[in-house]
Amino acid sequence: MSAVPGVAVATADNLELPVAEIAQALPRSPSVWSQAWSRLRRDKVGMTSLWIVGAFLVMVLLAQVGLLAGQWQREVGEPFAPPNFVGAQAKEAAKVEAPSLPNVDISDIDPLAPYYKDWNERASKVQTVDSTRAATLPFGGDRIGRDVLSKAVKGAQVSILVGIAAAFLATIIGTMLGAVAGYFGGRVDDFLEWLYNVFTSIPYILLIFALAAVFKYGPMGKVFSSSIVPVVAILGIVGWTGIYRLVRAEYIKHRNREYVRAAEAIGAGHLARMFGHILPNISHVVLVQLSLHVVSFIKAEVILSFLGLGVPIDMVSWGTMLAEAQTELVLGKWWQLVAATAFMATFVTAFALLTDALRDAMDPKLR
Amino acid sequence: MRAGTSATSGFPRSSLGATRQPAQLRMLSYIFRRILQMIPTLAGVILLVFFLFKYFGDDPAEILGGLQATQEQIDSIRRQLGLDRPVLEQLWLFVQKVVTFNWGASWSTKETVANIFATRLPATLTIMIPILVLEVGLAIVCGMAVAYVRGSLTDRLVMIISTVALSISFLVYIIIGQYLFAFQLGWFPVQGWTGSTLTNLMVYAPLPVMLAVLVSLAPHTRLYRSFFLDEIGHDYVRTARAKGVPENTILFKHVLRNAMIPILTNVATQLPGVFIGSFLIEVFFSIPGLGREVYAAVGRGDFPVIQAVTIYLAALTMVINLITDVLYKFVDPRVVLK
Repeated sequence: MSAVPGVAVATADNLELPVAEIAQALPRSPSVWSQAWSRLRRDKVGMTSLWIVGAFLVMVLLAQVGLLAGQWQREVGEPFAPPNFVGAQAKEAAKVEAPSLPNVDISDIDPLAPYYKDWNERASKVQTVDSTRAATLPFGGDRIGRDVLSKAVKGAQVSILVGIAAAFLATIIGTMLGAVAGYFGGRVDDFLEWLYNVFTSIPYILLIFALAAVFKYGPMGKVFSSSIVPVVAILGIVGWTGIYRLVRAEYIKHRNREYVRAAEAIGAGHLARMFGHILPNISHVVLVQLSLHVVSFIKAEVILSFLGLGVPIDMVSWGTMLAEAQTELVLGKWWQLVAATAFMATFVTAFALLTDALRDAMDPKLR
Repeated sequence: MRAGTSATSGFPRSSLGATRQPAQLRMLSYIFRRILQMIPTLAGVILLVFFLFKYFGDDPAEILGGLQATQEQIDSIRRQLGLDRPVLEQLWLFVQKVVTFNWGASWSTKETVANIFATRLPATLTIMIPILVLEVGLAIVCGMAVAYVRGSLTDRLVMIISTVALSISFLVYIIIGQYLFAFQLGWFPVQGWTGSTLTNLMVYAPLPVMLAVLVSLAPHTRLYRSFFLDEIGHDYVRTARAKGVPENTILFKHVLRNAMIPILTNVATQLPGVFIGSFLIEVFFSIPGLGREVYAAVGRGDFPVIQAVTIYLAALTMVINLITDVLYKFVDPRVVLK
């Protein structure tokens, strides 16, 4: 960029214009994100959903650090303790007539007699605590008297965490592959399209089952057997295809735009162009896809956990609560079903509405 | 979007002679090319399934041998299954299994995999075909009705109901439906299945079919409404209105015909699911179908069943996609097959 002699090059220096002042005087054009935010703020439904989702996320965070529902495994109530507003169940203690037998002293012939004193001494050393079990709980108790409300909170933590983590995994895989395929094209694109076709030709529920079988019996399953990693991995591996397709289309659209050529001209490498220049311009697509997938993965996790292919048995999720609720309903204990359903329905509805609002706010052309 | 749906747009590639070919020949060569294109995809599915179970699944010999097996027994099983051979040879054996449909017996029940397909598929179809027919039929009627009253309170109500209804897990509907209609009211048997298809259809199928259709009604109505609304906005509808065609004729003759393309696409995406069945329904209602079989196979680590079902259903999905793309041509003569 050397100035050719004789040609006046209009650069900021030789014209001596107050560049900074001009820049300040110009009307600032708001960024895509601040525009989207101002549009979202005008959307009442969207803002209400945002508050609900925010409240749930705070709850998840508190449950994660153990401030909320940390004691969900304690058996605080009687088995199937009804909710407070229903009232305690009537005592139905079966009365057994004690057989009246003459009290015979058998200590002379009792072979265990010499040990009783020793045993009593040892027994007295053991500390026992008499726990009083509540007759009713805020929203009832389950089969062994655990508080359903704290189970639902803990279940929310696990289900939402799985949904968000799996959505992030799927989005990362989909975006990376889509970016590479769309940006480079050619052989790489052909290969990734083939991979996409392979993954989409298998009905997704069968792919989930196959992966579940592999994770359950394979070496990976043994490493991660007591965490949410398998279910997150399964959902992420199955769910990347839709995002890949969209991101690839966006990259094909963007790769020859002027700003990308300009970036190339000033020496930006492939990686910088892909992720430094193009990605921010399509991030709204990715974000909407991410939140769409959170909803569908939460639903999928609930079904997988219900079937016993999801979270491990020492965890509680909305799906495992529903699995317990199925048998409880026959006994007339409806509260666990209602609690899990209400929590899930509230969160999923709010998140779905928020996603709609986000899409409208991010891409006004779509409306 | 599948590759084939691009057939709806784009111009015919006017290569020499291609436009002169008779239509049937062009169709045949299209089908032939599509079948050729399936081969790499199917090979990918086979490779994926093979390597997934080979490197990430547990050692089959240890699953088969059980906990008490000695090293010699495990080695012997390994020899029988060919697990001691090189990977490529094992892959070749696997491909042979796929092609000849000879998967041997299930590891836990000793039933041959071919027999599992033959006996489980009828039950699945008995449930799924009524569901598909009712779903699509009702969705067309409801979708059209809602599109007809677009913008009104009913329209908005359907949108709200389907958003809320979708947020409740499918599980909850089945649990409550089974409890209410079968256990409490006693209108239907709670679960069961017989050898007679007629009895199954009349006695055991109605409740699961009804529940599945009810759950999908709201979202389907919303989807089909959008299909019809897309068409209602077109110029030909305005022209028809302008020349005084009654609204009913517009909807049923003009709009419905043109909306067949998205409807067909939607049905095609559901068709492969018909063969696996809604495994949840099969699990809840103890219906001995393919979906429940695969689910049970996951539970007991029965790899041949899972592998076979996965590969054949993937192949079936591809065939269904091809048939759908050919059907487009019959529904809409403007469609050009590339």
